[in-house]
Amino acid sequence: MNAPMSPTLAAVPLSDTATGAPMIVAALIDAGVPEWAQRLRELGFIEGETVRVVRRGQPGGEPLAVRVGVSTFALRRAEAACVLVMPAAGDSM
Amino acid sequence: MTQAVIDSARLGPPLLALVGNPNCGKTALFNLLTGSRQKVANYAGVTVERKEGLLRTPAGRRLAVLDLPGTYSLNPHSPDEQVTCDVLAGRLAGERRPDLVLAVVDATQLPRQLRLVLGLQRLGLPVVVALNMVDLARSRGFNVDADVLSRELGVPVVSTVAVRTGGADALLGLLDAQPARAVAAPGRADVAVADPQEDHRRVREILKALGLDAMQAHAFSDRLDRVLLQPLFGPVLLFALLFLIFQAVFAWAEAPMGWIEAGTSLIGDTVAGLLPQGMLRSLLVDGIVAGLGGVLIFLPQIVILFFFILLLEESGYLPRAAFLLDRLMGGVGLSGRSFIPLLSSFACAIPGIMATRTIQNPRDRWVTIMIAPLMTCSARLPVYALLIGAFVPAREVAGGFELQGLVLFSLYVAGIVSAIAVAWLAKRFGTRDRLQTLMMELPDYHWPSLRNLAIGLWQRVVIFMRRVGGIILALTVLMWFLASFPAAPAGASGPAVSYSFAGMIGRVLAPVFEPIGFNWQISIALVPGMAAREVAVSALGTVYALSATAEDTAGALTPLIAASWGLPTALSLLAWYVFAPQCLSTLATVRRETGGWRAPLLMAGYLFALAYLASFVTYRVALACCA
Ligand SMILES: Nc1nc2c(ncn2[C@@H]2O[C@H](COP(=O)(O)OP(=O)(O)OP(=O)(O)O)[C@@H](O)[C@H]2O)c(=O)[nH]1
Ligand SMILES: [Mg+2]
Repeated sequence: MNAPMSPTLAAVPLSDTATGAPMIVAALIDAGVPEWAQRLRELGFIEGETVRVVRRGQPGGEPLAVRVGVSTFALRRAEAACVLVMPAAGDSM
Repeated sequence: MTQAVIDSARLGPPLLALVGNPNCGKTALFNLLTGSRQKVANYAGVTVERKEGLLRTPAGRRLAVLDLPGTYSLNPHSPDEQVTCDVLAGRLAGERRPDLVLAVVDATQLPRQLRLVLGLQRLGLPVVVALNMVDLARSRGFNVDADVLSRELGVPVVSTVAVRTGGADALLGLLDAQPARAVAAPGRADVAVADPQEDHRRVREILKALGLDAMQAHAFSDRLDRVLLQPLFGPVLLFALLFLIFQAVFAWAEAPMGWIEAGTSLIGDTVAGLLPQGMLRSLLVDGIVAGLGGVLIFLPQIVILFFFILLLEESGYLPRAAFLLDRLMGGVGLSGRSFIPLLSSFACAIPGIMATRTIQNPRDRWVTIMIAPLMTCSARLPVYALLIGAFVPAREVAGGFELQGLVLFSLYVAGIVSAIAVAWLAKRFGTRDRLQTLMMELPDYHWPSLRNLAIGLWQRVVIFMRRVGGIILALTVLMWFLASFPAAPAGASGPAVSYSFAGMIGRVLAPVFEPIGFNWQISIALVPGMAAREVAVSALGTVYALSATAEDTAGALTPLIAASWGLPTALSLLAWYVFAPQCLSTLATVRRETGGWRAPLLMAGYLFALAYLASFVTYRVALACCA
């Protein structure tokens, strides 16, 4: 019921979330190429922004079409794994 | 407003640079301001180099306008973004620093775009914001108040609609009001130093002031994506779409091609009737009319092909196709990022190779450049179409498909399959780089505007006609000369052409090409084909027109070769052109883009080897089957 106190506690990589589930960016981590986290920020994956996996390609569930704010990006799974997200609670913003 | 893209770095009128995120409409605005016709399309990374144009404001001020590649930040990640950042920092050789930055902002994508504007303001250059695509924003039910935005940012803001005549009038008025050559304000000019958190907070504040803090995503694009990117349906639709395009290229072009053919022979006959037998008549009828007519006839097919390509480009479907093919390309060590450069190569390998600048990973970029010429460029279409028209019967097979369209489609597929094979080899035996970057924007879908489509098509027609009237004409005349001189000695038995320079060259080349079934006429046609591939067709037209004993006139190349070549030879030539190693301007572009001779030499070598091998196998197998 309560929102988690520490944002990273319930955070999961965006790559592991269900298709269509609305999420909120909790943090960006360096997993993969060093400049990825920075570039993802520049694209709009910023803490507090709403994100959602729209579609997953096949085979292997790659790449992911991701809605972030009002934009959409295609990400490889390793890239999406740099974005930690939390479920967007229905009532909070 | 005058036109023409000029390439000067000399001191001149004040320099205005268009900067913004990819796909926000910079080039559309550039075209509107300068009357140029640079490429505009609905995906990120269309513009990959700087382009300069001249703008004259209503009050008569002259401004040099610079169109730049889009960038997500001032912290470049790929060669195209590097260009923009270098220009802004005044670091590009032979290029002065802009006097004014015109920050173009897509009103439907404000949050991300405003962060870049904040970065631009820190550069210490005067900034003016063009709030573009306000028509789309309005149709989605939100109004961005330019005055409020201007107050928040502290710089002038004007609304624009870059795809509408008069859509930049407010901007022009503002440019008239700006001080002439503004001096760069000193101060926080350090590009890299930016606090993303702080910028983000500022953007939220601005959006709140605009009443747009709860902007909704484009619901229609979302719905469409759920269908078009569906794992099973998506690829099936993509494939069906491509297939239909090739069917249409043949089915729809038939009638207009007939008209052009009739027109050509009419002109040929008329000219032949007006002039006395002799050199001039031969040059006009056998050289120019036969040669150019043979190429011109393929204009309808090229127009149809580009109609579909433009439709795909403008709608925003292209990056989706890249999405669908990302996995497939990952299998051979590439990513979906290589898709658009490769697709552009279907028009011509040169813009395709330029477009690889959007690829972040250097190894991916290199491999993409190497396989780009395997995509069948539109200059090869006349060659294919000529041979298919001559050797493949026009009938329907398997439920209404045009056999000719089917063959054309499979030739394109052959090129693609070889590209995949080469990329796979590069992955297997080359160095493996670290993780690849995809991170590709999937822009909102747009309805392609009829006006833009028409302009884009007209552009293609102009480009093609310029080629026909320029290099193809020149080479055709040269070819006619080589095929006419020296004249046959008195009492010669064979056709005169075999005594000419062309005949001699052909005989020298014959031993090389005989094993793959090319006669001397084909062998010499390949030589001018190195400068422009279509010339292979016009050269054949000229050579055959001259070697014809009877008084054949122009436009009759198809039946001529159908009668004089065996099917194995035709198939072998088709196979040759799948690889077609001989395009000098492509090799020159590769040299420029890779900065050395290694890549172009390697490319020419491997393509020649592949072409020869493929033709040899095709010819031998066909011979064995026909025998
Ligand atoms: N409706 C509408 N469409 C626009 C407007 N401006 C641009 N477009 C469309 O937006 C797309 C992108 O335009 P471009 O001019 O190619 O964008 P760009 O900023 O040059 O893109 P890059 O070169 O990739 O950085 C095209 O499909 C244009 O037709 C506008 O004001 N209104
Ligand atoms: Mg552009």
